[in-house]
Amino acid sequence: MNARKSVFVLTMLVLGFVFLYGPILSLIIYSFNESRLVTVWGGFSVKWYRELLQNQQLLGAAWLSLKIAALNATCATVLGTLAGLALARFGAFRGRALLMGMATAPLVMPEVITGLSLLLLFVAMEQAIGWPAGRGMTTITIAHITFSMAYVTVVVQSRLAALDESLEEAAMDLGARPAKVFFLITLPIIMPAILAGWLLAFTLSWDDLVIASFVSGPGASTLPIVIFSKVRLGVSPDINALATILVLIVAIGIVTAGIYMQRQQKRRDLDVQRAIAAND
Amino acid sequence: MRLAELRAWIRALGTWRWASHRLRGWRQGGRTAVMGVPTLWLLLFFLVPFIIVFKISVSDARLGMPPYEPLFTWAQAQVMQLKLNFANYAFLFEDALYRNAYLNSVVTAGISTLICLLIGYPMAYGIARSKPAWRNLLLLLVMLPFWTSFLLRVYAWIGLLRTDGVINKALMFLGLDEPLVMLQTNFAVYLGIVYSYLPFMILPLYTAIERLDLTLLEAAADLGCKPTKAFLRITVPLTKGGIIAGCMLVFIPAVGEFVIPALLGGPDSLMIGRVLWEEFFNNRDWPVASAVAIAMLLLLVIPIMIFQRAQGARAGAHR
Repeated sequence: MNARKSVFVLTMLVLGFVFLYGPILSLIIYSFNESRLVTVWGGFSVKWYRELLQNQQLLGAAWLSLKIAALNATCATVLGTLAGLALARFGAFRGRALLMGMATAPLVMPEVITGLSLLLLFVAMEQAIGWPAGRGMTTITIAHITFSMAYVTVVVQSRLAALDESLEEAAMDLGARPAKVFFLITLPIIMPAILAGWLLAFTLSWDDLVIASFVSGPGASTLPIVIFSKVRLGVSPDINALATILVLIVAIGIVTAGIYMQRQQKRRDLDVQRAIAAND
Repeated sequence: MRLAELRAWIRALGTWRWASHRLRGWRQGGRTAVMGVPTLWLLLFFLVPFIIVFKISVSDARLGMPPYEPLFTWAQAQVMQLKLNFANYAFLFEDALYRNAYLNSVVTAGISTLICLLIGYPMAYGIARSKPAWRNLLLLLVMLPFWTSFLLRVYAWIGLLRTDGVINKALMFLGLDEPLVMLQTNFAVYLGIVYSYLPFMILPLYTAIERLDLTLLEAAADLGCKPTKAFLRITVPLTKGGIIAGCMLVFIPAVGEFVIPALLGGPDSLMIGRVLWEEFFNNRDWPVASAVAIAMLLLLVIPIMIFQRAQGARAGAHR
């Protein structure tokens, strides 16, 4: 890389990260603003956090979102892992192209289309078989599973594709049944990918506004639905406080995960070195 | 009548025995379940809904719940009557509002995708060429906004872009006389899309650039090739897969975007996702909303297929 080019790349990197983090930083700063006017600095205060903790509507919505996100992440991880396993390990089976298409299309499908189509399905099902009766937590969870399992599928599939099959083949040669091979060999190896998939599915569900708005019913307002109806009317400082708390949780989680992964990597490197030393 | 019933029973039994024989024959019931369960789920909750959307897009609107006329009606004895009404589609083509919304969505998504690519490529390049110790940290920084709420990140721009917002205050401090009107303009929509979707552009680009064989560039330099030419003729073609995947990951969802035009756009920044939302929630016209959805899908079929081919090629490259 010549000098001029590296200066250009470095500048773009710095500006890019300022662009990505500036708005988040401004949210955090203004959450400590005493004044209700978001643009006037009225001194440092934590009163919006206190107000947030007394807002029953927001807290209730957060609890509902949490329940839906956890349930969704668990179901989507199971289904997505199965699909990823089938796509990466089963060779060319009948219906592979169909499963592949259906598993990757939700990644890019505009949310308004997914939301509308699922709502129409739920209405048609209710007319035909009487289930699901009304719309609420169940319908939101089903809708979220459908679009977030695609992400789990891609994560698990690409992990499996990058993985050497020889360990599984060795276990099979030694007489282990497919189910045993999966639980003793494959599952532990792809566990990081599965965990990442679970977290991804959780976040997608926790964040989703559009699909949830279509398939939710009266009384089932998730956190994004409540935030959107507040934000539509303009800026409100307690939403800034909420955003700060959420960013903090995510940052702590990601830093912890990063440190944990780095430690694991170091331990693995050390093991490899020891093994080489022992062989010498 | 009785005979026909009996025959049907026998046939059903035969099918069942055939199926169970096949299952036992495979000795792989587990395998069937592994691929069958997700396939069934997606068939029911992903594919079938599209058929229903199409069905409703060709039926008449009515007052009541659900607000559309049934498609199949039982006329006379047992003759099923299929009533198709393409008036909703004709309506979409005739009304300038919908035509403009479509055009505007494609143009907005296209320009935003291009800007994302122009910002994202140097960033991905810089990350891929940085020291390994830095690389993971930078990647983490790219992904962190993705884990925080999309809605709240779009909301953050409202406070920044307002006429009395942070950016205008800074500009006026630097000597600008009048504040710029930025919120509720198309500019804000572009900004919002680029901001929200930039990580989706950077990640596939990073994967492609990181995999690039550097000796090729050295060989080109040894043979007297200028860096710009080497970049255009070696780096860009070899990272094409990443470019396509990144562009599609931005373009397709951006066409149907609702939150960004609703929060940052003005009344004239109509996008098709917003039109669909308003038809559905404000006008309660489900058939027209369905027709809008089908028309949007037709528009996106080709980009979605390009994306899936790129995904398939990337999965193949791993092996």
